[in-house]
Amino acid sequence: MTDLYQMQRAMRNMRRAALQRGVVAILDVGTSKIACLILRFDGLEEQAEGDGVGSMAGQSNFRVIGAATTKSRGVRFGEISAMNETERAIRTAVQAAQKMANVRVDHCIACFSGGEPRSYGLAGEIALEDGVVKDSDVGRVLAACDLPDIGEGREVVHAQPVNFALDHRSGLGDPRDQIGNRLACDMHLLSVDAAVVQNLMHCIKRCDLELAGIASSAYVSGISALVEDERELGSACVDMGGGSTGLSFFWKKHMIFADSVRLGGDHVTSDIAQGLQVPFAVAERIKTKHGGVHATSMDDREMIEIGGDSGDWEKDRRQISRTELIGIIRPRVEEILEQVAERLVAAGFESLPSQQIVLTGGASQIPGLDGLASRILGQRVRMGRPLRVQGLPQAATGASFASTVGLCLFAAHPQDEWWDFSIPSERYPARSLKRALKWFKDNW
Amino acid sequence: MQSLGRALPLRRDPAPSRWAYRMQRLWLTPMFRAGMRIGLPVFVVVLVGGIYLSDAARRAGAAEMFGALRGSVAESPIFMVELLSITGASPELADAVRARLDVKLPQSSLDLDLDAIREQAERLDAVQSAVVRLGAGNVLELQITERTPAWVWRSEAGLMMLDATGHRIAGLAERADRADLPLVAGQGADKAIPEAQAILAASPWAKRIRGLVRLSERRWDIVLDRDQRILLPAHDPVAAVQALASLDHAEDILSRDLIAVDMRNPDRPVLRLTPYALDVLRTQATAPEPQQ
Repeated sequence: MTDLYQMQRAMRNMRRAALQRGVVAILDVGTSKIACLILRFDGLEEQAEGDGVGSMAGQSNFRVIGAATTKSRGVRFGEISAMNETERAIRTAVQAAQKMANVRVDHCIACFSGGEPRSYGLAGEIALEDGVVKDSDVGRVLAACDLPDIGEGREVVHAQPVNFALDHRSGLGDPRDQIGNRLACDMHLLSVDAAVVQNLMHCIKRCDLELAGIASSAYVSGISALVEDERELGSACVDMGGGSTGLSFFWKKHMIFADSVRLGGDHVTSDIAQGLQVPFAVAERIKTKHGGVHATSMDDREMIEIGGDSGDWEKDRRQISRTELIGIIRPRVEEILEQVAERLVAAGFESLPSQQIVLTGGASQIPGLDGLASRILGQRVRMGRPLRVQGLPQAATGASFASTVGLCLFAAHPQDEWWDFSIPSERYPARSLKRALKWFKDNW
Repeated sequence: MQSLGRALPLRRDPAPSRWAYRMQRLWLTPMFRAGMRIGLPVFVVVLVGGIYLSDAARRAGAAEMFGALRGSVAESPIFMVELLSITGASPELADAVRARLDVKLPQSSLDLDLDAIREQAERLDAVQSAVVRLGAGNVLELQITERTPAWVWRSEAGLMMLDATGHRIAGLAERADRADLPLVAGQGADKAIPEAQAILAASPWAKRIRGLVRLSERRWDIVLDRDQRILLPAHDPVAAVQALASLDHAEDILSRDLIAVDMRNPDRPVLRLTPYALDVLRTQATAPEPQQ
């Protein structure tokens, strides 16, 4: 635990160094594409206080100066499966973005969707010594949270305090300098498979980049796709990616739950490829060009040339109606949405005051999905697109870049996490102090 | 079965190789870029030049080559000066200047030092100022302003002509050669020529004056014909001359039988009579005045 704490603190320091230099790369390692944005930070956080103008969550102080996307290789379900291939794809994206920006970047902040994220709610409570909450007390109460058994080979990516309670008053955002006797906190902890994180770190290191931060893509796409009220009142962001579908709940501006379904747009493509017996690339083209989830009588008459290059003339000249295509696509999309609905129910989504669901990600662009989703997930479904940030190319404003843009916001203005507070000194193992004393005694 | 249609183009891996990626990142490093674009060429030029010039023989060869190149340019007909023309000087002076300058012609104008030529010309006594320029047709033009003789100075060394400022011009064989010029004598007379000029201008006896004599480099004497002398004070001699002139005008003193008029004390002019006049004065003084 302390090891991870130190590692995350080191990444925070790296992020600070990157901001000092003013250039940082954003790397979204997805199953179907790898996107790299290069951000230039003009000045450190100049908050315009007053008149209702907040800090804009740091959106205003950076600018996208380079952007590149490449087809992802060697990634399955948001996890790196062939490191050499992934490394090459990352190199392609980073090089193209550097070329566009005409600067060299040394620090990158990455996000990934795989690793089976699991959420845990933690609670901690301490007695205040002098009746006033100080900085060190916040650190202490965070340290007082009992770490649940997150399992062997799991790693913590996010550990965010979401709520503070002072005596009987709950829902405090910032308890510092307030008066009370007992300070309690709730913390949301997100764990992922350690091997996935280590693979990603290793891959980035092989591209000569320093990792300055790591985030779960479910979380960052929620940052960019949800609007302020939705995050305040309670909503779920469903990030439908290529290999996995991320799920994150936001309430009171904090992520309170995240999960992922290991199904995505690529499964739809593979269904088409299997059903029509065409190569994967052809299936992908047919899906994006003609795909849909609601068949109408018009679609019976719309014939789609499958095409192909198999050499068999009969096979390459086949035609199918759009209804048939929808018949292949729809069950898989329904399956994905049903899985999502299952997870929503399991996580207790009904208990949130507002039950807004926002669909985003590349697979959410399939026409007619909002109608299908509202039938499965509930009435309050909308399609989400990422926030507009300065300098973002038009090609990167679609729903498939929700997590990339969210990662920009995360880089500019990360939420306080557990490792941003200094660990209280009594938590340091006493043994090391004893050993130091022993060393002194032995040598003098 | 092979496809009979268009062959699928071979897809090259779009990913950069690791070295290409590193090289691109290196190129994007500002320091490295500056080093390669400015530092490296400068270094190469300096290195090659240094290696080439480190050998003394090569250095000499380069200097020689440079000298030859410069010579070939300088000796082209465009730059060759063929003639020296001297204007504004008498033929004798022109000859003297020519001899003095000793400019070897033809010579390249790039090798001529015009300032040195001017200074050398001006070093001659008879030359007041000189203007040197390269005129059209590659002629070295020397325009000389001569000093005009204003005085003749008789000194121990002989006769010498002086200009109005007292600068020596040239020697003179005989006084009669320049009888039109006034005469000064005495040591240091040339240094006080402006004063002599003022004295001469103030005195109304131009026809009688034979010359001015400088005494002890301090004061002037005017020497008139009939061996008369006017002794002037060292301080403000012109006023003394004017006083004597008015006295002479009133009393007609200088036409009397005098040897000298001593004006050294401006309040009390002293007359020195000739011995004969002195005798006559004495006899007249002792003899009783004739009754009329």
